[in-house]
Amino acid sequence: MGTTIGVWIAAGLTLFIYSFLYKDNPFYKFAEHLYVGITAGYWIIYTWAYVIQPMLIDPMIKNKEFILIIPAFFGIIMLTRWFPQISWLSRWSIAFTVGMGAGLGVTGAIQGFILPQVQATLVPLTGFNFETFNNFLIIFGVLTTLVYFYFSKEQKGVLRWGSKIGITFIMVAFGASFGYTVMARISLLIGRIYFLLSDWLKVLR
Amino acid sequence: MNFFLKLSKIDRRFIYLFIALVVVLPLILKPKFPVVVSKPVQDVYDYIEKLPEGSNVLISIDYDAASMPEQQPFLEALLRQLFKNKLKPILIVQWQLGAPLGTMGLEKIAKEMGAEYGKDYINLGYRPGYVAQMVGIGKEIRDFFKVDYKNIPLDSFPMMKNVHNYNDIALLVGLEAGATYLAWIEYAGGRFKQKIALALNAVSAPDAYYFYQSGQIVGLVGGMKGAAEYEVLVDKPDLAVAGMASQSYSHLVIILFIILGNIAYFIEKGMKNKEGGK
Amino acid sequence: MLKGKGIPIFITFLTGMIMIISFFIPHKPFGDIEKISLTWYSIIAGFTMLLGVDSLIGMHFRKLKRKDENWFFSLVLIIGFTATVVVGIIETVRFGTAFDERSYFTYIYNYFIVPLQSTMFSLLAFFIASAAYRAFRARNFDATLLLITAIIVMLGRVPLGEQISPYLPKFTEWIMQVPQMAAKRGIGLGISLGALGVSIRIILGIERSYLS
Repeated sequence: MGTTIGVWIAAGLTLFIYSFLYKDNPFYKFAEHLYVGITAGYWIIYTWAYVIQPMLIDPMIKNKEFILIIPAFFGIIMLTRWFPQISWLSRWSIAFTVGMGAGLGVTGAIQGFILPQVQATLVPLTGFNFETFNNFLIIFGVLTTLVYFYFSKEQKGVLRWGSKIGITFIMVAFGASFGYTVMARISLLIGRIYFLLSDWLKVLR
Repeated sequence: MNFFLKLSKIDRRFIYLFIALVVVLPLILKPKFPVVVSKPVQDVYDYIEKLPEGSNVLISIDYDAASMPEQQPFLEALLRQLFKNKLKPILIVQWQLGAPLGTMGLEKIAKEMGAEYGKDYINLGYRPGYVAQMVGIGKEIRDFFKVDYKNIPLDSFPMMKNVHNYNDIALLVGLEAGATYLAWIEYAGGRFKQKIALALNAVSAPDAYYFYQSGQIVGLVGGMKGAAEYEVLVDKPDLAVAGMASQSYSHLVIILFIILGNIAYFIEKGMKNKEGGK
Repeated sequence: MLKGKGIPIFITFLTGMIMIISFFIPHKPFGDIEKISLTWYSIIAGFTMLLGVDSLIGMHFRKLKRKDENWFFSLVLIIGFTATVVVGIIETVRFGTAFDERSYFTYIYNYFIVPLQSTMFSLLAFFIASAAYRAFRARNFDATLLLITAIIVMLGRVPLGEQISPYLPKFTEWIMQVPQMAAKRGIGLGISLGALGVSIRIILGIERSYLS
């Protein structure tokens, strides 16, 4: 019974949102605001269930890990942004997270991205076959794309030609991304229509 | 000629209606389309097939309902393969709104395959601060997940007794709707040499191909099409395969739209040039 | 002194450096300091989720109080918010966690959040089709190249393409793995180098915009 009502609610809300395709209307606005409200409520319970209870309250009560008062303090002063007079305190916790993020970012970018990606571009150009041709395209494509985004020097001569070829590679990449984006959007629509036809109208299966 | 120009100024709602029809009709009429498996998807499947029985596979739910049709079918197909091969999924979540989707998929397939919670699989839920967590798991997973998603201590589950860090995880499979996968590759992969496979939304799939070429990921499943390929591989065609006819025809129609739009554009351009010439 | 930017800049420098040093020297005491900092980061980051919620609810409360034009929808939002929180609390008491599969909190997720969120995003399918029809024009060489690649990929990545020609999916896979991959790697390297620069500037206190 609960499921049937749920499916009808879900179908109704789905149609409310689709009504926007005809034109903006109160049904759409209702569904949109309901979505934002419910999601915000969900965040609150989420923060309790997956952060505050398992990472702070329980360890402090059950394991006497009182050192956790420090991150709890930093977390709470983050919320001082709500009160203009003491909002400067929130900068301390922001500084903590930004500093950590930046520190991790430095090593992560070098070890996990830049080095392996440069290494993977150094592909062999020996032999006269299709693989060598592909490897050549990879090296050439990476370099010319980098040249295209190199703004520190005026693009003249070799740089200008490099960047012109770079834009060709970039256009192919954007075209591929566009094709994939169409694919993704259509998949989402298929998912919703499938729900309406199968779970709600029971036309399928 | 006027026909194309008129067509180019058609009310957008007709286009919407047309798109809806090309999605609905194939779902009802079910024309058959063979799904051919591509290499990046096959690589994920093969890698998992070769894992020794009892290996732990960390699954990260990094998507939410907005990309459910692309990711949920893959999650289910993947879990079928894992349970069939007696591999042990450990589910964690980086996207807050995705946690129940992970649970839903896991419970559904576990029930279907007769897997037992805590012994054959486990669900750890969400923790914030994703980059810190990815680095932290390299030392000890309990620093972040002392308890499972229902607040039960990790050590009370037999399968978690010997799981501490990436050394105890044979493969990480990220189901990704955004850029979270970058952090998995940079930290779990770069720093701890964790083997990674990715299932990406079609929107972000093209961006991850260079990690495939560089060997930083073992394979790549892209969008609903990738999920459909995986369903074929595990021999259980489901939602993603069912959607492929609609996917095909919608693409065809959008291509026709682009061609029609361009015909109108060139006719209009030609007319303007003529007027300019006068 | 306390209110200034001195302390935050020092905290940023300290935490940033700890992360870098402990990467190279993972032994005592740096390894332990890193371990603790990572857990703390996770906890503090958890609180940021609450920040957005307050400003959102506050805004709609004010709209409701002033009886703004669309006050009714603000009321819907606030009712949706309150009801979800109340149900979440009741179910936490009842099942020990609101995320239990049997709870009404999960029910709200399944039958409200899932359809609303997924339908909202599926609207994009209609918009992208309409945009493709109206704006995707072969204006010059670059645009034509983009358009042709898009069409090949759109056909080559669906089963229909396989029926048109078995070479179409193969050619698409080649585009993905060679030219498009090369350009994306170039872009990726550019972004990564940029991000690296910003990270270093943040740690050294040159970049301070995050404190304003």
